[in-house]
Amino acid sequence: MDRRHFLKVAGGTAIASSAVLAACSSNDNNSGEAISAADVPKGKMTYRTNPNNGDRVSLLGYGMMRLPVEGGGSGREITDVPIDQELVNKEVDFALEHGVNYFDTSPAYCQGKSEAATGIALSRHPRDKYFIATKLSNFDPATWSLEESQKMFFNSLKELKVDYVDYLLMHGVGMGDDGVEEFNSRYMDNGLLDWLVEQKEAGKIRNLGFSYHGDIAVFDNLLAWHDEGDYHWDFVQIELNYLDWKHAKEINERNTNAEYLYAELQKRNIPAVIMEPLLGGRLANVPDAIAADMKRRDPDASVASWAFRYAGTPEGVLTVLSGMTYMDHLMENIKTYSPLKPITPEEDKFLEKIANTIVALQTIPCNDCKYCMPCPYGINIPAIFVHYNKCIKEGNLIKSEKDSDYAKARRAFLVGYDNSVPKLRQASYCIGCSQCVGHCPQRIAIPKELEKIDRFVEQLKRSDPKD
Amino acid sequence: MLKKIRKTLAVLAFVAVTLLFLDFTGTLHHWLGWTAKVQLVPAVLALNVVVIVALALITLIFGRIYCSVICPLGVMQDVISWLHSRRKKNRFTYSKEMRWLRYPVLLIFIVAMIAGIGSLMAILEPYSTFGMIATNLLQPVYQWCNNGLAAIAGHYNSYAFYSTEVWVKSAAALATSIALLLVIGYLAWRGGRTYCNTVCPVGTFLGLLSRFSLLKVHIDESKCIKCGMCTRNCKASCVDFKNGTIDHSRCVTCGNCIDKCHKDAIYYGRPRKAQKFPSTTEEGNQVAMSTTAHDENVASQAAQSIDKGKRAFLIGSGIAIATTAMAQAKKKVDGGLATIEQKQMPERKTPITPPGSISARNMARHCVACQLCVAECPNQVLRPSADMLTFMQPIMSYERGYCRPECNRCSQVCPAGAIKPISLEVKSSTKIGKAVWTHFLCIPTKDKDEEGNPISCGNCARHCPTGAITMAPLNENDENSPMVPLAIDDSKCIGCGACEHVCPARPVAAIHVEGLEDHRTI
Repeated sequence: MDRRHFLKVAGGTAIASSAVLAACSSNDNNSGEAISAADVPKGKMTYRTNPNNGDRVSLLGYGMMRLPVEGGGSGREITDVPIDQELVNKEVDFALEHGVNYFDTSPAYCQGKSEAATGIALSRHPRDKYFIATKLSNFDPATWSLEESQKMFFNSLKELKVDYVDYLLMHGVGMGDDGVEEFNSRYMDNGLLDWLVEQKEAGKIRNLGFSYHGDIAVFDNLLAWHDEGDYHWDFVQIELNYLDWKHAKEINERNTNAEYLYAELQKRNIPAVIMEPLLGGRLANVPDAIAADMKRRDPDASVASWAFRYAGTPEGVLTVLSGMTYMDHLMENIKTYSPLKPITPEEDKFLEKIANTIVALQTIPCNDCKYCMPCPYGINIPAIFVHYNKCIKEGNLIKSEKDSDYAKARRAFLVGYDNSVPKLRQASYCIGCSQCVGHCPQRIAIPKELEKIDRFVEQLKRSDPKD
Repeated sequence: MLKKIRKTLAVLAFVAVTLLFLDFTGTLHHWLGWTAKVQLVPAVLALNVVVIVALALITLIFGRIYCSVICPLGVMQDVISWLHSRRKKNRFTYSKEMRWLRYPVLLIFIVAMIAGIGSLMAILEPYSTFGMIATNLLQPVYQWCNNGLAAIAGHYNSYAFYSTEVWVKSAAALATSIALLLVIGYLAWRGGRTYCNTVCPVGTFLGLLSRFSLLKVHIDESKCIKCGMCTRNCKASCVDFKNGTIDHSRCVTCGNCIDKCHKDAIYYGRPRKAQKFPSTTEEGNQVAMSTTAHDENVASQAAQSIDKGKRAFLIGSGIAIATTAMAQAKKKVDGGLATIEQKQMPERKTPITPPGSISARNMARHCVACQLCVAECPNQVLRPSADMLTFMQPIMSYERGYCRPECNRCSQVCPAGAIKPISLEVKSSTKIGKAVWTHFLCIPTKDKDEEGNPISCGNCARHCPTGAITMAPLNENDENSPMVPLAIDDSKCIGCGACEHVCPARPVAAIHVEGLEDHRTI
């Protein structure tokens, strides 16, 4: 079958079923706490000030990448159902009412539906009550020309129903098989960055910055330009959480620790916008033993709230983004930041210990962001990784047949695998074409990891046919 | 009393053999495998002397209790007939034996068995007929129920059940099974054991023996008041109360007549006193019987025409699945899943038969096409053949899975010696086919990545359990040349189909397995 044809179509029932399963697993992040609107304080939100222009930005930023769809689930997983605009409106109203004023979207989110939904919800409020952040998401080589990228920017203004964007980001710089080359193709060779600077001067963009993933050479180079006065970055979006602070490189040596990234920004007094405070939900969904440790320390705090407090504690953080699908996620997060209780040095040590434990689990650092998708050969890459990580977390990844729990773990792994990933989308069908690798913000060697999982599955299948 | 014992045993045996066909988990055959192995024709084909002698002795002593208890198709007909009898009591009449039909069918069956004409044997053999109905019609229902439970269990994070895929293994087999069920079901509804006593070759053969059984049903004329209740409750239509005779070749020793007789005039055992040898009558209820023959004929014709339409049906269903896909403009770097086109069975010059079947000839000679192996296969490899000569016998194909190294379940369940028991070690060195590469379908020779370089694949070589496939550049002088499975070591390849199954080329795999008429050890 023609590969182009693969790219053009995304499948029917299989999607729906796998998406529902994925949605169930990833949206339960902040679970465990009963919360209602009455528990959410008003007027207590912590704000940070943007040194460039004095913007007072709420510490909680609303990420619009996991908007709810009709009938439940998030638009990130369920791509063929319209966004539940009524719920989005309600959530945005609630957020504004409780002090959240930073809304982060992109032309790429929710299969392109996020900006319009954000625009509809926000345009019902006075323009000076909120800040809009959106991105130039020109990942597709077809959009690398100046003209196409400009079109994308103007379309964002139209969809968002605004004349100007408060925060505009070059989206995901450092990504691609060769981060430098891809950055040059997307923003430099076509003169797009210079054009964006012009838009800033013209008032269409109030703050210009970038979100960074991947190749550290691009990050260092952009900051060098800032030092030399070629370009000025009003803000930079980085990944920061208690795992990535010291361990990003340890988990994947092609990545850089948040400690370094944040320090570099601090040196230059550039405010940091934080993404992945929960690592795609993995820090809300920690192994039971860790969750128990956290509860012992503070029975009233949710597991996720630790991660949010951690990400919000550094003073140079302007806002912490959370992709909230449901009202209870929103309430819970507002509560955590109303006001922020900074992490104490002693708590910092506690979280560092937890980070060490999580690193030792050797999960695959996939945040289920789905940038790798669609795989042209139909593999459901994130679903496979999510299942594998879930099994590690639940202690169902047992390699020795001598282990007394082997049979039970084997069944849980194999049956759960078939439940969460349709057979034909499992790791054994990965042909190793490596087209996904450049798209992964976490720079995971996807084909290698899939091959590893496939070998493990084979080992399980062959070990005990009678079970 | 006789009826009660018969009913209890029949229900137990029927449930056991039905469960054997329904179970897809591979656990029950350890316990229930014998229920298939005691069936007469499979035992004959497997040359299982113990079973053959035992069944012959049982019949010579007790009469055709095989037909009443062991044969699942017989019990199934009893159930259907019983449902009708609940609505309409005392509905049977005596009819004369249809020798002109019974014995030719038996003769044809024996010839088919000796000549290895599997399709004819499969259609006539009662246990196979039941197997086809159970596998094609009942097992899907059982699987759906299981999947419902699995969904519920999954919701509660339990792995007690696992979901299994329900699929049409062969449209022709499905149609044939429906036709057989309708014909036999209709005959049973109308006339009880009509099928067993006019068509079934096993019934006819055992009927030959049961004429001479030690214990039989007899009428005590001194007590009989000629009320006719025995005749009107005989589902085999073999009790002639007017003449006080019973056709023992058709009596399946069910005990219904004894149960109904108020005068104790009909009994089971040795004759109470000297009486004349039961005579069998020659003329028959010809009108009724020709209807039966006609129905059979229609059924087999329907099966043939549906067989022709099988390919069209498969392709059609593939297209139907593909069109449920959602259009996605382009790579948006934000999720979505590519459609996976259904794989089609490649045109194989020689069909593949499972390890343990030794050769195509052995398969043709022994297989009764009962579908037990097909029902058992956990990898969705085995399916009934649509070929006229080997109709309904198992063949292998790898669109949905491959013959996995840890599995030998088909060889363990086969009751007829068509697939002989094979250990995993022997299986892993038994060559049932050989992989063949089709260069113009191979993805690295066709697809390009975003930069226009050839795609690298090698999934066949990575998954070959014997390491028979070597990847090499298509053009040795070009360093950008795609790597393809150029060398396939015939001395290592066992034909398991792992390469064919994981090949990304769709709808037809670029590497496929050709069967071997005679399996060999490597």
